[in-house]
Amino acid sequence: MRVHPLVVRVTHWINVLAVLMMVTSGWQIYNASPIFSFAFPAELTLGGWLAGALQWHFAAMWLLAVNGLVYVTYGIASGHFRRKLFPLSPLGVLRDIREALRGRLAHDDLSTYNAAQRAAYLALIAMLAVMVASGLVLWKPVQLYWLGSLMGDYEGARLLHFFAMSAVVLIVLAHVIMVIVVPRTFPTMVTGRARRAS
Amino acid sequence: MNKRFSVHRTPQLENLERRLFLRRGLSLGAVALLSGCNITDQESVQRVLWTMSRWNDRAQGWLFDPKRLAPEFPESAITKPFPFNAFYGEDEVIDVDGGRFRLEVGGLVSEKKPWTLPQLYALPQVSQVTRHICVEGWSAIGKWSGVRFSDFLQRVGADLTAKYVGFKCADKYYTSIDMATALHPQTQLSFRYADELLPPKYGFPMKLRIPTKLGFKNPKHIAAIYVTNTNPGGYWEDQGYNWYSGS
Repeated sequence: MRVHPLVVRVTHWINVLAVLMMVTSGWQIYNASPIFSFAFPAELTLGGWLAGALQWHFAAMWLLAVNGLVYVTYGIASGHFRRKLFPLSPLGVLRDIREALRGRLAHDDLSTYNAAQRAAYLALIAMLAVMVASGLVLWKPVQLYWLGSLMGDYEGARLLHFFAMSAVVLIVLAHVIMVIVVPRTFPTMVTGRARRAS
Repeated sequence: MNKRFSVHRTPQLENLERRLFLRRGLSLGAVALLSGCNITDQESVQRVLWTMSRWNDRAQGWLFDPKRLAPEFPESAITKPFPFNAFYGEDEVIDVDGGRFRLEVGGLVSEKKPWTLPQLYALPQVSQVTRHICVEGWSAIGKWSGVRFSDFLQRVGADLTAKYVGFKCADKYYTSIDMATALHPQTQLSFRYADELLPPKYGFPMKLRIPTKLGFKNPKHIAAIYVTNTNPGGYWEDQGYNWYSGS
């Protein structure tokens, strides 16, 4: 049974790499001038020092942006988003989160996302879009001043970039935990095919 | 991987295989993450990162609109105290003798005579209250006054079609900028901070204030200015910070 189209699988794994590089180099950049009274452990950061981290960040941003553009364009044009992520009912999301916490979430048919999955994947796409928008304002606060004025200029964009990163990391953590709980979803994102639940 | 998962037929074995694969995949990621510093130090990685940084110089050059102004703020928005920042501590700030000081001008310019401070102060002066953004992430708003840098370049007969303007500073700092930014209306050769003569910690006798670039592209204690077609690099830029670093 074919579950994930090739475009989705390729962009998924490129995105894993890009987000990993962006987050770990971003933590190193954060450490150069922490907004809050904590710093990220150096072992979890990428780049060695600020200049190295910035080089990684501004190289990986192209990978993240181009890959994201391919994914979103495909998702909209092919109807993939419409078929897989919608409709989305708030009640369904609450019910599925409750079921998941009780360890009873139905996940027999890998080709259909349950409501909690739909909400999580949509939120991740939205949060990554916020990261790109706020990141562009931090990179070009003068050239993109109009975009920055929607998020409280440079300092506002800095906070937004941090909180959107936190949301991305939390969603990814929940996603990875769910894959560990239901491991047969993992090869599916590689091969595109799923076997019946055993 | 297709093959790997189709060899074993019993569901139990299959699940075991997948768990092992998953665990291996995760530990590989963890190893890659933990050895972050080593990845960056590898020569091939260094080459890719520096190539991308040069590409980013070009991309930023295209994005730069020579007419777009950095936002200006009311004086009430000025950050007090304005932070000190340099490649050395505040107790090591140099003391330049203003009376004996001469600003050198060189490279692709027709007027190479050195300038005294009174001569520079006699040029038409402008002020700005703009946001200084540090490459570290913090920002602060300050007020600078001095001569519009494009006015100065025209007065010394600089070749305005040249690519770069380089700066050598009395504290051994050096940096360089693109000509488009040098000619931006808010790029200013500043002699005063908050209506007072620039104090040593902010770069006496002069700094270049560029509200369209990161802080480290705003050299202090400038002693020599030269116009060139060869990229002179910079103190931080040569160590890996992005050369263009535009806002």
